Amino acid sequence: MRKIIEFRNVSFRYEDEQPWVLKNLSFEIYENEWIAIIGHNGSGKSTIAKLLNGLLFPQEGEILIDGKQVNQDTIWDIRKDVGMVFQNPDNQFVGTTVQDDVAFGMENRGFPREDMIKRMEETLSAVGMQDYLLTEPHRLSGGQKQRVAIASVLAISPQVLILDEATAMLDPKGRTEIMQTVTDVQSENELSLITITHDLTEVVQADRVIVMNEGEIWREALPREIFSLKDQLREIGLDVPFITVLADELNQLGVPITQEPLNHEELLEELWTLHSKT
Amino acid sequence: MNNSLIIGQYVPGNSIVHRLDPRTKITIIFFFVFIVFFANTLISYGILTIFALTSMITSRVPIRFILKGLTPVWFLIVFTFILHLFVTKEGTLIFHLSIFKFYSGGVIQGLAISVRFFLLILVTSLLTLTTTPIEITDAIEDMLHPLNKIKFPVHELALMMSISLRFIPTLMQETDKISKAQASRGVDFRTGPIKDRAKAVVPLLVPLFVSAFKRAEELAMAMEARGYHGGEGRTKLRELKIGKHDILIYILFAFVIAILFYTRSY
Amino acid sequence: MDITFKNVSYIYQANSPFAHKAIDDLSFHIPSGSFVAVIGHTGSGKSTLIQHLNGLVKPTAGEVTIGDFHLTPEQKPKNMKELRSRVGVVFQYPEHQLFEETVEKDIAFGPENFGVSKSEIKHRIQQITPAVGLTEELLERSPFELSGGQMRRVAIAGVLAVRPDVLVLDEPTAGLDPRGQKEMMKMFYQLHQEQGLTTILVTHSMEDAVKYADHVIILNKGTKYMEGKPEAVFTQKKALNKVQLDVPEMVQFLNQFQTKLGKEIPFDRQSIKQVAQSIQQIIKGAESS
Repeated sequence: MRKIIEFRNVSFRYEDEQPWVLKNLSFEIYENEWIAIIGHNGSGKSTIAKLLNGLLFPQEGEILIDGKQVNQDTIWDIRKDVGMVFQNPDNQFVGTTVQDDVAFGMENRGFPREDMIKRMEETLSAVGMQDYLLTEPHRLSGGQKQRVAIASVLAISPQVLILDEATAMLDPKGRTEIMQTVTDVQSENELSLITITHDLTEVVQADRVIVMNEGEIWREALPREIFSLKDQLREIGLDVPFITVLADELNQLGVPITQEPLNHEELLEELWTLHSKT
Repeated sequence: MNNSLIIGQYVPGNSIVHRLDPRTKITIIFFFVFIVFFANTLISYGILTIFALTSMITSRVPIRFILKGLTPVWFLIVFTFILHLFVTKEGTLIFHLSIFKFYSGGVIQGLAISVRFFLLILVTSLLTLTTTPIEITDAIEDMLHPLNKIKFPVHELALMMSISLRFIPTLMQETDKISKAQASRGVDFRTGPIKDRAKAVVPLLVPLFVSAFKRAEELAMAMEARGYHGGEGRTKLRELKIGKHDILIYILFAFVIAILFYTRSY
Repeated sequence: MDITFKNVSYIYQANSPFAHKAIDDLSFHIPSGSFVAVIGHTGSGKSTLIQHLNGLVKPTAGEVTIGDFHLTPEQKPKNMKELRSRVGVVFQYPEHQLFEETVEKDIAFGPENFGVSKSEIKHRIQQITPAVGLTEELLERSPFELSGGQMRRVAIAGVLAVRPDVLVLDEPTAGLDPRGQKEMMKMFYQLHQEQGLTTILVTHSMEDAVKYADHVIILNKGTKYMEGKPEAVFTQKKALNKVQLDVPEMVQFLNQFQTKLGKEIPFDRQSIKQVAQSIQQIIKGAESS
């Protein structure tokens, strides 16, 4: 597998004398991988996203995107490879209509007009917003705006898509919309995906999870392994999903749950086996 | 809740006037404003009026929207008419009222000026009624393009205008939200002495500014992340195109000018 | 204070082509001292409902009664300030309303407007600061230097310092991380109990509604879609799904459990531990038989 992103001993702080926001971070992300970065507010997780896009630069260590080091000279190339969706749906909508917003990134890169129209149709269909070409942002829901933001990023065919708490300001319906869109998009495109969140239920589908705490990588593991940490997760300000707590309680009551369940079906399957064994 | 929000006066439609290139509309209006002052005979006024009224009818903008645009200047038109009536002492005396003497010249002059006013406002408001603010922005950007040579930041100006247009509804929603939140904390925006009411604006303005700055910062970051680095090498999705209709209108308008200068008295 | 909506409708921009009915013939009663959750999607009329509770709008039809205050299309209560001092509203993202130079001044802003004396305000601030999880040394700082979570607590303190009888919470945990959300809800529940408040929680979170509310109102397109005790409302999966709302995760699981294993565990707002015990008994029962 090809390495797309590499952090080598990266440390970052906003100003000298201030505490480090990120401390000696090293990790790798591969082609077509879905990585979830999770941590409480202020754990440094969003700073990682900004470093990946060259919106900030580390004081120590280096960051490589597809073999290129992120620095002042490479940022415009890097930003072609790394697309980002931010938290606030309103504050990243540049265009006066959906079509203008999707075009914005392509205009910046000097795409010919015919390509823009073609890409726009493709990406808006991919996020299910093809019927809203001329709609103005204040007539869209938060979830719809975020889908447009995803389409705008996809339009420039990046290698990496970062969602920086893109669901944090949405209602449950919008959240489901976005998670569904992201899952579809990732399965249909050659794309590495980084979702940054504080919601543990959003990491289930990821290939790997990086848990951040106090500016450091606290754990890096499969979702299932992360879920099994329970109390330790609570200690660093995260929540434990219902199904994990239930499995734990059952184990304590002597009902042997062998595998850490990721969803209802997995636990029900085990319970069914136990139930019908006799 | 905010589906009703309309920026400016734009009335959506698909008439020929709507579909004209915004540059065509701006150019024609510019020259129209200019030549209105050359009209001085009944026929020359008639031609201009026919032109303006035909544009209005083909635009299919409901009359009430046009009248709404005229309300603030209605008074001005009537006032100039009356002023002329009193001041102009030309032509034959037609009416005598105590110390005031009204002359035929006054009536004619007054009418002429009022018609001019009326035509100017009608035609200029047709522009904003049938053209979206963003189209006007595009047209301005394109027409000011030559100024780039003297380092005038045309692209930046246009981008600023379009971002402002984009954020007006957002900021209006925000103003509504914050003023309600402060009203709920006991601020009274409506009653009380002027001094208190002026003071009541502070709890509204400070949060609005704070949030606008935050938005600006985040927007700038989002724009940068999406590869914005100035106007250089940038292409555009929205394209201005001079079509058949535009050429037709230019020819028609040339005729109007020709006839106007032919029929005016020298 | 009892709150009653009687056939209330509200139309935005009535008599214009853009007229839009935000609330449509809505009736409900909230007895004093209860903790009510109002649930519905964006656009279901929740925020218009909140504005009525504070006299920020008056109904287009029907009548709203809050204690002794009456709002009808014809009349607003004469003493609107009094109403607003009795009903405190924590709006969504309340930190956006902060504006003063110091935290202390911002908290004092509400009570000052409502004519509370300086010494009394000082006294209240001393009490409220720890109750909302702030420390004294923050009082002299600018609210804009604080973290998002702290700013929200300052804004909430500003509402509580007025000592309202009714507390209206509009998505008070939006944007906080899980720990922040939990602490915030716990704090509100404690305040509700200690001060005998009537609390109206507008939320998307079924889990919070199940946990804290003793009465649930489901809004859909401006009308009341369902109403009742949480355990009664939240077990009606079909009806809720119809308006694109989900049942709480536990109910979902219990339903699936019944489908898969053919055994019913009724939902009565039990803890996860209790659910585990029920499951254990069912499985044990299967073993022993």
